[in-house]
Amino acid sequence: MALSIEQKTVDAIRQHGARDYPNECCGMLLGQADGDQKRVLEAVPLRNLRTVPAEAQKLLPLESPGRESERNRFLIDPREQIRVEKEARARGVDVVGYYHSHPDHPARPSNYDREHAWPWYSYVILSVTQGQPADLTGWVLTENRERFDPEPVEIL
Amino acid sequence: MPVTVLIPTPLRQYTGKKESVVVEAKNVAEALQQLTSEYPDLRRHLFTDDGKLRNFVNVYLGDEDIRFLQKDQTPLNDKDVLSIVPSIAGGADLYCICK
Repeated sequence: MALSIEQKTVDAIRQHGARDYPNECCGMLLGQADGDQKRVLEAVPLRNLRTVPAEAQKLLPLESPGRESERNRFLIDPREQIRVEKEARARGVDVVGYYHSHPDHPARPSNYDREHAWPWYSYVILSVTQGQPADLTGWVLTENRERFDPEPVEIL
Repeated sequence: MPVTVLIPTPLRQYTGKKESVVVEAKNVAEALQQLTSEYPDLRRHLFTDDGKLRNFVNVYLGDEDIRFLQKDQTPLNDKDVLSIVPSIAGGADLYCICK
C-alpha cells in the first residue's frame, strides 16, 4: 500500500501548515484509488472547525477543553466535507484521505488520531516546528483499529 | 419500511463494495442495527464496545444531522435516505513525547 503525490501538492500542504501555525491545519486529499495504491491529485485546504469552539463542541465535544484547542485538535466541518466530496465525485475523483498538521509535535499519529480514524483512508501528517514545515508522513489505520501502519508517501 | 443507507468509501470494504444498503426500519437506531447485523464487520467502526454509536460517526437524514433531530430515535419514513458521514478529527498528543 502506498500513496503517490506530486511535489507541488506536497508544497501546498506544507504552506498550509505554516500559514495556520500555531494552529493545526487540515484538508482533504482527492484522487484515485486502485486497490491499495492511491494517487493524490489535489489537496483541498479546509477550515479547522476547532477555531470555532461553539460549533465544534456541538459536533464532537472535547473532553478537556482547557488542554485541548485548535492548537492540538482539528475537526472538519461535515457540511463542508459533504459539499467538497460531492463536487469531487461529479468530476470523477474520490476522497482518498485527509491531511493535518502537528504544530511543534512529531509527524506521528497520536492516540487521539487513532481513536478518531477511519479504515482505508490515508492520513497524511505534517510536523510544523516553530512555524516551519518539517516531516511529512503517511498512515493507514489497521483493521482492528489498534494502531496505524505507516504508508509510504511517494513524491512524484 | 424500506430506507436506504449510503455507505462512505472507507466502509464499503465491509459491505461487499456496496455504496448503499436498503434496510427495514422505523427509526435510525433500527436502521443501524439492521445494517450491522447484515454486515457485522461494520460494527466496530460505528459502535463502541458497549454498543453506543461512536461520537465521530455523523448520521444525516437527507441534509439534516440526526444530532439536531431526535438522535438515533429519529423516525424514518418510506424511502428516506440516511448517510453515514465519517467525522474527520484528530490532533497531536497533549504532551510532547518527542526526542
